[in-house]
Amino acid sequence: MNTQTEKDIAANVIKELIALGFLDSTGKTTNVPPTLALPGSPAVDSEPVELLSAELIGVDNPHNLDALKIMRKATPARILMGRCGCRQKTASLLRFLADHAAAVDAVFKDLPETFLEQQKLFQVKTVVRDKDEYLMKPELGKRLDEASRAILLEKCKKNPQVQIIVVDGLSTTSIEANIGDVMPALVQGLMTMGVSVGTPFYVKYGRVGIMDDIAPLLGCEVIVEFIGERPGLITAESMSAYLAYKPTHATIEAERTVISNIHRGGTGPVEAGAHLATVVKQMLDHKAGGVKLAEQVK
Amino acid sequence: MNLKSKINNQIFAFTSVADVMAKANAEKSGDALVGLSAASATERVAAKLCLAEMQLQDIYENPVIPYEADAVTRLIYDRLNTTIYRQIAGWTVSELREHILASTSQNELLNLSRGLTSEMIAAVAKLMSTMDLVYAAKKIKVQAHCNTTIGLPGTLSFRNQPNHPSDSIEGILASLKEGLSFGSGDAVLGVNPVVDNVDNFERVMNALVNFRKLYDIPTQCCILAHVTTQMKAMEKDVPVDLVFQSIAGTETANQAFGITIPMLQEAHDMALKQGTATGPNVMYFETGQGSELSLNCHHGVDEMTLEARTYGVGRAFAPFMLNNVSGFIGPETIYTGKEVIRADLEDLFMGKMHGLPMGIAPCYTNHMKADQDDQEVGTMLCAMAGANFFMGVSGGDDCMLNYQDTSFHDDASIREILGLRPSPEFEKWLEGLDIMADGKLTARAGDPSIFDKPLYNNKGNKY
Repeated sequence: MNTQTEKDIAANVIKELIALGFLDSTGKTTNVPPTLALPGSPAVDSEPVELLSAELIGVDNPHNLDALKIMRKATPARILMGRCGCRQKTASLLRFLADHAAAVDAVFKDLPETFLEQQKLFQVKTVVRDKDEYLMKPELGKRLDEASRAILLEKCKKNPQVQIIVVDGLSTTSIEANIGDVMPALVQGLMTMGVSVGTPFYVKYGRVGIMDDIAPLLGCEVIVEFIGERPGLITAESMSAYLAYKPTHATIEAERTVISNIHRGGTGPVEAGAHLATVVKQMLDHKAGGVKLAEQVK
Repeated sequence: MNLKSKINNQIFAFTSVADVMAKANAEKSGDALVGLSAASATERVAAKLCLAEMQLQDIYENPVIPYEADAVTRLIYDRLNTTIYRQIAGWTVSELREHILASTSQNELLNLSRGLTSEMIAAVAKLMSTMDLVYAAKKIKVQAHCNTTIGLPGTLSFRNQPNHPSDSIEGILASLKEGLSFGSGDAVLGVNPVVDNVDNFERVMNALVNFRKLYDIPTQCCILAHVTTQMKAMEKDVPVDLVFQSIAGTETANQAFGITIPMLQEAHDMALKQGTATGPNVMYFETGQGSELSLNCHHGVDEMTLEARTYGVGRAFAPFMLNNVSGFIGPETIYTGKEVIRADLEDLFMGKMHGLPMGIAPCYTNHMKADQDDQEVGTMLCAMAGANFFMGVSGGDDCMLNYQDTSFHDDASIREILGLRPSPEFEKWLEGLDIMADGKLTARAGDPSIFDKPLYNNKGNKY
């Protein structure tokens, strides 16, 4: 093969790659992943393939379809999927895999930098080194590392009445899904009541007990901790708010007030934020949280 | 007793029997968390070597928690058959392993079992590979009888687990019917309640019992509340076939569960006297590696050895079923798919070697490094190793307890793959409803709407 032919082939290949979107017009590789289908083929123009609805009734030739429709509404359990032999049909198998993948991603994915910027949150971390250590050694998620303590002392307002912290916990997905709505509702509520609020920030690799390390450091009265719940297959977006009055490492679980199940399908984030403001006010008034608070406001 | 061993010119010294036992374990995150596991792969084998040469009397004389200090240790030692123990006290753990693997008689193994403490059974399992565990477990299948029989040769039974996030009777019945239409429920119809009190217990139990009566299902019913709730319910004449309780391998962990050994005895005796089942086996226990460490009640003992001690508690009460749920607690006890499969097989063997009618719940949570494929591999291996039963959860996803367990689909598949059958009376019942024929699901199976008779509560109102 002569050199000219090689050049022609190369030029044609480049032209083809530009047409497919692998390269831009100057011949550089593009960042946008190109579609692998040829122009004009059906895949280019059609809508993306989607999972079938979880509500789908997959039972073939049912004895009583109306009865199955009523059952479908009675439980979130994965029933009525039908079968092929003894195995699951493809649609319900893929739905399960997608739900598990969402749960795994919620646990293992880091919160995107852009999200923290949007929410005007800076990041500190516990003494945990990586996700594996975080999951296997829960105690380590309750202590800040030295650098983080220094950052907090430098950047945060001291001795506020209320300190709000955002913690990854077991679902960063839940933080992304809810913080944007819950935070303004809570802060606005507190300001209306004339309560002073500290500088909020994000703690990576944190457990609920991280509040016991932070509250004494910043000298707040009440601390509000938003933390991602362990994701189930029904939703990976569920978040909890833990609150305590002047907690320390000697604080026991019964001294914390908790509002769990904050997500679009449970207690909505805006509603939760507004409710939390009133809870904070009660805690400030009674100088207590958890079971003790519940008894006092009875 | 020799606590030193040498591998590749390196000498390893261990501090106690408990130290050798812990370091001989396969890797588990829980043992690492508490700082008990071997520091290197070679140290792990060195510990196994030490353990292999230990005599059973060395283990007998050095319980991992002293007799005086722990009620579980006392229960195990007080129930040991000393005649059988004395005949084998001089065996090494290696000899015990080879004896079990070579044995061809279940009766002989169950006789031997009476002379073994739980820690001896844990020790021998630590010297077994995956296939050793399956091979040994397969030799023993213990039957038990409540209203029906579980553990007959060639059978595999399931608990129909129709949990609902708010204990809605309509929701529970929907999942229950789905499971029955897949042939699940011959072990037990069993609900984990969200609210643990007598009123709710009675409400849910009556729905299950009324449904069972309506369709004349040959099985037993259970609501998995705390044992004290179940005892109160029996006093109120609520029907109870099987009394459920989670148990652990140390006295302090059992205290954390709110139970004592005399309390279990009282519940057992009460179930025989005031319960509704034929018996003689009226208890349903659940256990899992790592529960003691998650409660900070481990006394410096590894999670597998403590699991064996838990079976030492279980066997004192002749249960109908003992279900192992290692994998349920999460990554601080068991982290990877490999760890959970290993734990399931260890537990199945150790339970059977205790003479228990064992079932397994190969399960995982979403914050473990395990997935559905690991779970299916574990399920197939446990079925090959002759588990009496598995759980049955719609789509494998428990929407109340938020973890994944064996599905109605997987359960039915395992029966077909290995040619296993439901318990005989339940199979007849399935055939009567045209759900099963010749041990296989029919075209009608998998459709819960075939259960279309109206069901009424005790006040005569329709559910």
